[in-house]
Amino acid sequence: MNGLRYCFLALFLFQVTAHSRGTGDMGVLIERGSGSVQIIETSGNTSLGRVEGLGDLSHASVVYSRDERFAYVFGRDGGLTKVDILNAEITARTLQSGNSIGGAISQDGRLVAVSNYKPGGVKVFNADTLELVADVPASFNGGDLRSKVIGLVDAPDQKFVFALWDAGEIWVLDMADWAQPKIEKYRNIGRNPYDALITPDGRYYIAGLFGEDGMALLDLWNPSAGVKRILPDYGKGEQKLPVYKMPHLEGWAVAGDLAFVPAVGHHEVLVINMRTWQEAGRIKVHGQPIFVMARPDGRQVWVNFALPDNDTIQIIDTQSLSIVKQLKPGKGVLHMEFEPRGEEVWLSVRDEDRVEVYDTQTFKRKAFMPATKPSGIFFTARAHRIGL
Amino acid sequence: MTALIWSALYRIELVFMVSFILSASVYAGGAITAGRQQELRNLLIQDCGSCHGLKMKGGLGPALLPSALRNKPAEMIKATILDGRPGTAMPAWRNLISPTEAQWLASLLLQGETQ
Ligand code: HEC
Repeated sequence: MNGLRYCFLALFLFQVTAHSRGTGDMGVLIERGSGSVQIIETSGNTSLGRVEGLGDLSHASVVYSRDERFAYVFGRDGGLTKVDILNAEITARTLQSGNSIGGAISQDGRLVAVSNYKPGGVKVFNADTLELVADVPASFNGGDLRSKVIGLVDAPDQKFVFALWDAGEIWVLDMADWAQPKIEKYRNIGRNPYDALITPDGRYYIAGLFGEDGMALLDLWNPSAGVKRILPDYGKGEQKLPVYKMPHLEGWAVAGDLAFVPAVGHHEVLVINMRTWQEAGRIKVHGQPIFVMARPDGRQVWVNFALPDNDTIQIIDTQSLSIVKQLKPGKGVLHMEFEPRGEEVWLSVRDEDRVEVYDTQTFKRKAFMPATKPSGIFFTARAHRIGL
Repeated sequence: MTALIWSALYRIELVFMVSFILSASVYAGGAITAGRQQELRNLLIQDCGSCHGLKMKGGLGPALLPSALRNKPAEMIKATILDGRPGTAMPAWRNLISPTEAQWLASLLLQGETQ
């Protein structure tokens, strides 16, 4: 009898210890080499465990439930996996398409949407159960063709916004009524949108174009004004370099009125004045930028690069628009993620099988840990940011 | 005139044949050091993989599995790697990959040695 009681006590204590921590300082690190994720925490900069069996994780991304307990991992092979980061276990998983590229979680946290390359379109799932709620094929050309979908983000009022690579369109999907999704289509936005982002206030959706110069801007507060082309002239008349990797537009790097974006096929970061949407400058950088990420306070912008310069990071001071620091963490710097208040930043160094943590004030490396071909790093603070 | 064209065609064919014989001898990757082969394998999976999928099942670019490439000559694959496909997202790799290396990568792809 006593034995049983101890058993219960032990079980109870275990349960308490297993759950007696918040998740606000936690995150997930993608290991694309092994189809696994590591669960990490930023208070002590340590790894808490690993979850395996997530499939092909090249180009994987993650969004979080609003309680910051569950990570939804979008894999390249169409796998959508819901991971309980407190217990380091998979709680649901579905292979929802042949080939996918990213996802988003709705404003109310009840829907998760995935953008697919093949068959091209968006599928929307119940965030609890991962049951299919809506299937939106990205048909174009009178329904004959299906486009790859990129740049899927959430927007206020239960909307998802995404762009069609092959069709050159932006679609706004309204999921306020699950049974009757509504789609608004914007055509002829420009050739081959490669990625897109939404401003932190959820107002402007901006798609970068691979097939021509400039970016396509949709003001979601004034959708009837349609899509406007911005920065139409950058790169005009200059020879584009071969683009070994598509740049990413994520986490709109904003400092005051200025936004910073990668120039496709050029060794430049473009600066945009967000009041006028005019070009406000170009910063020469070390290579072709991939991620251009602002520290949360907007004081610095960190940039990584495509091959053959992917061993380097440059840091731009947003007041002087000049490069204040260059780091060489190692080959294959794929991603950077700032801790929520920006005092530290995590870098994944793919070819060195390592992630590193830097102090953003001193630029000193403070920690590192082994990881199998690490790529994306995603902290739970994303749960409460529009578009992430 | 026709004779001229024929002889030109003949010459082109000869060049092809010679290049084919030459290329056959480098298929094994003999001219590429072991270290460089390792680098290239990593490049193929990781960097080509960022568009074609880590497992070559396709992404922004098409699948590069042997079944998908079955009817495509190695020469064509090699040329695609070196010069890309203008007007598409497939970049020219000539600045980073030599013709011999491109040939070797093509043979890896055709043999499905990309895992
Ligand atoms: C930035 C994206 C991107 C990268 C990186 C990339 N490719 Fe491609 N690749 C494409 C696209 C897009 C196509 C299809 C082009 C077309 O429409 O003809 C393609 C086509 C090809 C083809 C022709 C396939 C066929 O069926 O005809 C081969 C072979 C190929 N790529 C090999 C490679 C190799 C090897 C690498 C790495 C050294 C690589 N690619 C890296 C985007 C990419």
